[in-house]
Amino acid sequence: MTTSMSDPRAAVREAYRPGVREYREAYFDSGYTPAGTDILAAFRVTPQPGVAPEEAGAAVAAESSTGTWTTVWSDLLTDLDRYRARCYQIEPVPGRPDQLIAYIAYPLDLFEEGSIVNLMSSVVGNVFGFKALRALRLEDLRLPVAYLKTFPGPPHGIAVERDILDKYGRPLLGGTIKPKIGLSARNYGRSVYELLRGGLDFTKDDENVNSQPVMRWRDRYLFTMEAVRKAEDETGERKGHYLNVTAGTMEDVYRRAEFARELGAPIIMSDFLTMGFTAHTSLSRWCRDNGVLLHCHRAMHAVVDRQPNHGIHWRVIAKWLRMAGGDQLHNGTVVGKLEGDRTATMAINDLLREDFIAADPSRGIYFDQAWASMPAVFPVASGGIHVGHMPELLDIFGTDSVLQFGGGTQGHPGGNRAGATAVRVALEAVVRARGEGRNLTAEGPEILAAAARQSTELGEALELWKETKFEFDEVDRLDASAAGS
Amino acid sequence: MPVITYLPRPDEAQVAKQITYLLDHGLIPAIEYARDPGPRDHYWSMWKLPLFEARAVADVQAEIDACRTAHPDCFIKLVGYDRQQQARAMSLLVHQP
Repeated sequence: MTTSMSDPRAAVREAYRPGVREYREAYFDSGYTPAGTDILAAFRVTPQPGVAPEEAGAAVAAESSTGTWTTVWSDLLTDLDRYRARCYQIEPVPGRPDQLIAYIAYPLDLFEEGSIVNLMSSVVGNVFGFKALRALRLEDLRLPVAYLKTFPGPPHGIAVERDILDKYGRPLLGGTIKPKIGLSARNYGRSVYELLRGGLDFTKDDENVNSQPVMRWRDRYLFTMEAVRKAEDETGERKGHYLNVTAGTMEDVYRRAEFARELGAPIIMSDFLTMGFTAHTSLSRWCRDNGVLLHCHRAMHAVVDRQPNHGIHWRVIAKWLRMAGGDQLHNGTVVGKLEGDRTATMAINDLLREDFIAADPSRGIYFDQAWASMPAVFPVASGGIHVGHMPELLDIFGTDSVLQFGGGTQGHPGGNRAGATAVRVALEAVVRARGEGRNLTAEGPEILAAAARQSTELGEALELWKETKFEFDEVDRLDASAAGS
Repeated sequence: MPVITYLPRPDEAQVAKQITYLLDHGLIPAIEYARDPGPRDHYWSMWKLPLFEARAVADVQAEIDACRTAHPDCFIKLVGYDRQQQARAMSLLVHQP
């Protein structure tokens, strides 16, 4: 076959020029308009001194797509324009002259369909150790609909989970069994039963409860499911215990999940970060195939998301989890945290629950994100919350949330059952008050006090923890002013 | 099968406020009843079709009263359907035997 000189392919033929070239020659293009199918990333880049912003942004684009440090002859055997990522915009960071935000567009052909692992190996792979950068943080990702549609998404989602449980119009209540290690399976099941019987919807294994010598998984599953069934019979409503199926091998994960299903467990649990995205995504598919809800604990997240200038922001990992699949995901408590944390956490709740989230820099959302009807994930608020927080929790988290009370139930003077009843009465009272059009923030204490006149359990809980709430508030004010100075 | 409730049963005025909330949020009211509901019973009996035409609290209240008169020995709940979410957004027990 001959090619005439007018063939457009002839125009791009170039000679092989070995050597090292600046990344920006090929990987920075401020005139590039991202395609609707591109994956877009916002990176917070801290370049080494002397590295120009465009070069730093281009280096990130190159090292996370097609680039290597020197030109190779085989670059000329392909059309790299189809595959190269491009840094298309650089923004300064107010108040941080050492940092910049680099926006990078990745063509979809760079990625395997339905694989969070492939996306991670590309976008947060080698580039994070790149010497030209002092630090690098992935702040946000825009996932195009064409790509999202290759992922399973949540096994059930909020709407189906509510239908299965037949619970509507209010947050769901959970509680983690304490002490997390040390109870025998039978004693552990006692704690489960008392909490569920008292009024919680769910109880939970903690993240490190797998199958230790003190309590092997099979024994735990048998005793806790007896507790679940008994509580259902006695209360007339669905109950569940998040059976943690995390294990050392995938074969063990499946063995545990299958036994949970055989026992009629409505929900199981995964430590999705320590287990890894491949294992978790397999489990998520299993859950959809088998009609079992999936609760996701984020143990290890702070290792990668806590540093403000390096790592991966939690909002990105939360998006990955919605893609890989989970019906409930831990997302902080908000209550008792700084104002900035509250804004970011609420934006992530939106990323988990809404179908479209608009870009809003003040909330840490860098890109519009459309989910194209991918099912929603319940955000779980857990840690240090008690009955006194209930009006604020409903106001902040809204109806579609799971509120987890561990110490806030089991630390009640009357024990688990009384503690759970106190929490449930508080929730029902606050939901009823909302329906009556009352202002939860302003009238919260009054609403709880009125409910406590009908419930000695709630009265005792409010009395016990009223000082705790006061102290939380004081400490937070100190933190906030210290952070602001 | 017991049905545990955690607050005193709402009186008529309290139910009226919840109906207002339901209607104000654009939900479609519906009434269901069951004599001996279990935790896995998704389908209670429907009291008529959902009240698509209801606009005022009294419209809903009248149907709850009629259901209670016809089935005094049943549990009765008021449900709010959300067309946009294609799901129930509210479920409230309004009568227990």
